[in-house]
Amino acid sequence: MSHSTMPVSDQAFAIRASAPAGKNPALGRLLLAVASITFLIVLALQSLDAFGLISIGFQSWRPLLYAYLAWSAALGASQILIRGEAGERAAFVLPAVLFTVAMVIFPTVFGLYIAFTDWNLSAVEGRRFNGLDNLRTLVADAYFWNALLNMVYYVLAVLVQYAIAFGLALLLNAEIKARKFFRVAFLLPLMLSPVAVSWMIGKSLMEYRFGPAATLARYLGWDNPAFFSTPWLARLSIMAMDAWVSIPFMMVLLLAGLQALPQEIKEAAKVDGATGWQSFKEITFPLMLPVSMTALILRIIFELKLADIVINVTAGGPGGATDTVSSFIFREYRDRSNVGYGTMLAEVYLVIIIVFVGLILKWTSRWMQRTN
Amino acid sequence: MDAENKLRAYVMSIVDGAKGPETPARQGFVLPAFMTRSLLIYAALVFWAFISLFPIYWTVTTSFKTAVNVTQGHLVPFWDFAPDWKGWRSLGLSPDTVFQPSTVRDEFIRRFFNSVIASAGASLLAVVIGSLAAYGLSRFSYKFLWMRNKDISFFFLSQLILPPVVLAMPFLALYKQLMLLDSLVGLILVYTLMVLPIVIWIMRDQFDTIPLELEQAALVDGCSIWGAFLRIVLPIALPGMVAAFILSLILCWNEYFFAALLTSTDAKTLPVMVASQTGSQGINWWSMAAIATAAILPLVLIGIFLERYIVKGLTAGAVK
Repeated sequence: MSHSTMPVSDQAFAIRASAPAGKNPALGRLLLAVASITFLIVLALQSLDAFGLISIGFQSWRPLLYAYLAWSAALGASQILIRGEAGERAAFVLPAVLFTVAMVIFPTVFGLYIAFTDWNLSAVEGRRFNGLDNLRTLVADAYFWNALLNMVYYVLAVLVQYAIAFGLALLLNAEIKARKFFRVAFLLPLMLSPVAVSWMIGKSLMEYRFGPAATLARYLGWDNPAFFSTPWLARLSIMAMDAWVSIPFMMVLLLAGLQALPQEIKEAAKVDGATGWQSFKEITFPLMLPVSMTALILRIIFELKLADIVINVTAGGPGGATDTVSSFIFREYRDRSNVGYGTMLAEVYLVIIIVFVGLILKWTSRWMQRTN
Repeated sequence: MDAENKLRAYVMSIVDGAKGPETPARQGFVLPAFMTRSLLIYAALVFWAFISLFPIYWTVTTSFKTAVNVTQGHLVPFWDFAPDWKGWRSLGLSPDTVFQPSTVRDEFIRRFFNSVIASAGASLLAVVIGSLAAYGLSRFSYKFLWMRNKDISFFFLSQLILPPVVLAMPFLALYKQLMLLDSLVGLILVYTLMVLPIVIWIMRDQFDTIPLELEQAALVDGCSIWGAFLRIVLPIALPGMVAAFILSLILCWNEYFFAALLTSTDAKTLPVMVASQTGSQGINWWSMAAIATAAILPLVLIGIFLERYIVKGLTAGAVK
């Protein structure tokens, strides 16, 4: 880490013959050494204390946190002292890198360890290594595979959201009055918290007895408008709520894409009398492909995290029909305190997501190259 | 330039092919066709505006209803039901109870300010370290082991696909050891991690649009690179930072998953309070509606008045 970021030739900043060198390399190295040794000593003492080999009486691992912060500051300062301007450049990315490494890499590795234990918070004994047992349970867990299948449906629903969002973006891009009003009105659902939406729509608007949506459905001739009774109905209701919140996100991206299209192309098409549908199919849509892909990929990535609405409206019911992987793991922890198994589920899901998103990105870039 | 000409030729070829035989009779119907078209457009616009706004309207009006208004499905205040402060009274925020002690209101205000501190703190931290990193990645070439700028950027952005469930339980265990469980500091750190990729994405796009000549002039005048950044670049990039901050604020304000797992009594945020109330059955809708209204009101206001910045933040980097 100590030589984390080494700037190489920069044309932009090459206007000076040589960047200022470090003012005091010796002091910098000393500072870094002292900070590193202090950090290691604190780590050793805390570990020994935690394993009961010596007793210093640490209340928590907080001292290690402070030691890490001090080490990070010393690392930044020493970089500037040793390497001068090169160190100053490194100091721009160092805070974010150190923060992310501490907050992601460490917990993920620690999570991998938890995943291979039988840790249950309600059990009397602590966590015990149990090898591949969690993985075996997972393979046999019908509820997990069911939740994974649901994720396929939810991701496919993103395509419908995309179609609606594109339509709305085209509407907003037309020559209309009160555009500002409609833009703000269409954007508002995106701002609302999924938890509030769960109540506003799922628990009151779609409520069986008095909800306006149910009343409307009865008026239209549907005798028994129970939106969360059968598996597919419940799934569609969740999809509708999710779409309500997230369509504006894609709409905003697509609208920006439409507005960035070269004006003369649209005018040329209009002057030469192409019908609306033709000019959309042959000109607008192909030109919008890059933006569309960005919007779709971002939405799919967010969709894979879908949880809040499901947790608060159906809690996965009926019979797991609306469960997402996230909401399933949430209940595995909340209701059964099964930390070890839940973490294993999460890690497996992470691997699946990484492979899936990686494939999408690869496939998209190849496809975009071919069409251009 | 060449590509543009090609594009124009392409458009022309499509348009010419599509035009087909001349239809002179069409000109007589230009006005009616135009009118039906715009009528359809406005009908669609109004329809979707209704879909977008009705749930919000429903929630706000329900907070002024009594039980009988709810069960009979009354919709328009003053016209088919008389507004009542019942929902707000149960929150301790109606005109007659607002100056009296109320435990519900105290609870609500505590949750509200927890949300404010957690989301503002995390957004601020993310914008500060995210902007620094984005500036570095936009201006300098780094090399660390095999990682170049592209790889470092990808390292930050890839955090976006990390689902909260993966981190939630390790954080639970680690925070317990660090005594950060149920504390706002712990929540701020998690939220910062959550929005950092988005902030870096937005700010990189922002810095890429600022011409290098400004910094070069500052460097020639004897500024250090940090001096040039703080004095020259930062003021220009301020609108982008505001956009990133507001977007982060919204995301953190609405966050439920981590808050539900990592907080219990002290640091509980507003979404957790709203969620814990929804479990209660029966027609206690007016108080639920009042809580929901109070929880979404700040965001609706932000949406109405700062829409420009939200759109700017959302579209940064996505549209080239």
